[in-house]
Amino acid sequence: MSGDDLDTVAILHDPVRRAVYDYVASQRHDVGRNEAAEAVGVQRTLAAFHLDRLVEAGLLESGFRRLTERTGPGSGRPAKVYRRALGEWQVNVPARDYRTLALVLAEAVESLGGDERAEQAARRAGARFAEEGEDLAGMLRRRGYEPYEEDGRVRLRNCPFHVPAEEHPLLVCSVNLGLCRGMLDALGRDASAAMLDPRPGECCVAFSKNNED
Amino acid sequence: MHLAQMNIAHMRAPKDSPELASFVAGLDSLNRLAEADPGFVWRLRGSEGPEGTVEHPYGDHLLINYSVWRSREALWNYVYRSDHLAFLQRRKEWFLRIAQPYSVMWWIPEGYEPTLPEGMERLERLRAEGPTREAFTFKDFYESSEAAWRPAAAEARK
Repeated sequence: MSGDDLDTVAILHDPVRRAVYDYVASQRHDVGRNEAAEAVGVQRTLAAFHLDRLVEAGLLESGFRRLTERTGPGSGRPAKVYRRALGEWQVNVPARDYRTLALVLAEAVESLGGDERAEQAARRAGARFAEEGEDLAGMLRRRGYEPYEEDGRVRLRNCPFHVPAEEHPLLVCSVNLGLCRGMLDALGRDASAAMLDPRPGECCVAFSKNNED
Repeated sequence: MHLAQMNIAHMRAPKDSPELASFVAGLDSLNRLAEADPGFVWRLRGSEGPEGTVEHPYGDHLLINYSVWRSREALWNYVYRSDHLAFLQRRKEWFLRIAQPYSVMWWIPEGYEPTLPEGMERLERLRAEGPTREAFTFKDFYESSEAAWRPAAAEARK
């Protein structure tokens, strides 16, 4: 495990900084200093300090944008805005390398034409994800999918399997669909509510909402 | 430079058979989806209208898709991050599994229209030599470079 990754993740230790990061990362728009400060409940200068520290560490990236519609002289400078940076950081203690194992096994499964077996195994695994009293949204949040609602569907912002998904998109998306259907099985819901509905940069699965929500 | 790609598939049954009906029925919307994409440049069309597939002399069982895109990202997003993905996940219903590489890509100058024999030659090269600058895959990808296109320049470098 890289020492750099630990150093990066460790800067989230401060609770305010963690809250600032979580807020920016959870928004689907660029966030200005005022918005972050209000969301977290701190002074603007403190929010700015944490935001810039997060940019320095590489967890956020910054840019400049006009946050109002005024243009021309006297309309003010563009504001500094922040968004989640691309990239991932891994910390495992002691060292664990599930990524390499996943890539190797994915290659083997693909060469054996075992996609269906993998999807079935995933469905069984997904059924074991549920925790007491949890609903679908809670389960998806806990598993890191970053659910949000749009047009009557629950969509998922984050692909938890990003690296193997880039190498083996069909197998990994098939496994992911199996996991999601398994989660529905565990909740006693119709598994066909989980379907492939990908968008660039997001998870490949979406859930149709029905009257059980 | 633009990215040309060609892929082949062995149909389980003739194109006008019941087994292939659901595939053929989906072709029109998939083609429209590709053509509407800002990253899409060109595709080799069949002559039979919306459900037409590429005509070729390589065997009745073979389906060929042949298209050109602005970038790897554009092609990737179409293939794996659009309605095309769900279609792909049903491939076993319609196509036999091919053990050999069945998809190849290479860079072409903008405005150039690649030919069918050229695509098959690139696929053969991929199968014989593995991924190279002249014939590669998503997984073993080569960024665009002038030398990959101008054989004379590449020869001079040897």
